[in-house]
Amino acid sequence: MLSKRLIVCLDVREGKLAKSIKFVDTKDIGDPVTKARQYYEDGADELVFYDINASRANRDITLKFVEAVASQIFIPFSVGGGIRSIEDATKLRLAGAEKVNVNSAAVKRKELISEISGAIGAQSTVLSMDVKKSIKTRSIPSGYEIVINDGTVTTGLDAVEWAKTGEKLGAGELVVNSIDADGTKDGYELTLTRMIADSVGIPVIASGGAGKPEDLYEAFTIGHADAALVASIVHYGEYTCRQLKDYLHSRGIKVRTKF
Amino acid sequence: MLAIIDYGAGNIGSVQRACAETGIQSVITPNPADLKKAERIIFPGVGAAPAAMENLTRTGLATVIKQAFTEGIPILGICLGAQVVLDSSEEGDTPCLGIIPGKTVRLKLQDKVLKIPHIGWNNVKVTQLHPLLESIEREDEFYFIHSYYPQPAKKENIFAVADYGGDFCCAVGIKNYFAVQFHPEKSGRLGLQLLQRFAKWDGKIPAKSENRGK
Repeated sequence: MLSKRLIVCLDVREGKLAKSIKFVDTKDIGDPVTKARQYYEDGADELVFYDINASRANRDITLKFVEAVASQIFIPFSVGGGIRSIEDATKLRLAGAEKVNVNSAAVKRKELISEISGAIGAQSTVLSMDVKKSIKTRSIPSGYEIVINDGTVTTGLDAVEWAKTGEKLGAGELVVNSIDADGTKDGYELTLTRMIADSVGIPVIASGGAGKPEDLYEAFTIGHADAALVASIVHYGEYTCRQLKDYLHSRGIKVRTKF
Repeated sequence: MLAIIDYGAGNIGSVQRACAETGIQSVITPNPADLKKAERIIFPGVGAAPAAMENLTRTGLATVIKQAFTEGIPILGICLGAQVVLDSSEEGDTPCLGIIPGKTVRLKLQDKVLKIPHIGWNNVKVTQLHPLLESIEREDEFYFIHSYYPQPAKKENIFAVADYGGDFCCAVGIKNYFAVQFHPEKSGRLGLQLLQRFAKWDGKIPAKSENRGK
């Protein structure tokens, strides 16, 4: 039987690890390659790196960094941030990333999803969505809206509709990141996660708000997520990946416990 | 020398890096001449069977692989390398290498909750002993990412299964050819151990490989 996945997210800025709170006040908290290796050995099932402030100028730093990570960890990992073309995606794949995450650029030009999926395969194309709660309107019936540029710009796109569009265009997985919950440690946005997980046929990764092991348990049981993404609760040593997995295992969630 | 076949099918760098992590030297090569000199071969690949077979045929690598098999060179197939080794693939109705009798088929799921592709960590249940699967236990999980799987015609070519809405074959073998549907290079320590075992494998399956009944 397939296990639920624990995914550790590392925000990287110019090759350094950063953790954002509500996407502002990012600060460096260590060497991401060392951290990645530590999470790999501690039982993380997958890692995701978000390249904060990714720009053309920083592209080579990012590729070097991805190569360094790829020679240190032997589980899948994905890279997101500033991916705007097939070329960006292919380069990251060749540098060793299993998957690439597209976000804002796909909102601005949705064909990007099908282009990347066509070039590197749906299994390697992840659509990352930043979502904010809004009032229910005719154009946003779910009451959840897609936001871009680190949560600063609203788009008028309904989150559930966007998830379905992403699947149709060839995304193989979705990261559902709640901007409201991000950095709060109050738990995942369960209503949103469940709504999306129940409307698509591809795996959904819950993101934003993990503060304690119970939050992950709820993401899987109430939120119907296939994977849960964590950041600060492991970066600052509150919990190890093994502790989170032992907890989930004890609550009857199927997770990988031998690593 | 261990050669990793490069035929433009996905993330082969990660196979080489995983080998390096366990101290195994390898070369990535698209060159039939290099492969003919190899002591052992890894045949990896992610992607679609039709494109892969087209590449392998056009470059002459299909013949090289079959020849290496006949000569007794130990070969490890990964993912596509476990699929195109059969007679044909349902994916695009593609004729394949025909080293193992059988057909590669799409996962068929009764359970609507399950999703395709099958992505993530799953248990590998050994059904028949094989030197490369030595010491794998019931709780051991490996990383999968696929929509198709190999279905050998004969039970003697099935070495392990995984459960995703029912058991499906995830390890096939015949003589000196062994292949897995999952990705040892992305399966952490347990995957690296499988690669290490391959690096030492003499290409033989001990005669008394009995069914463990799992």
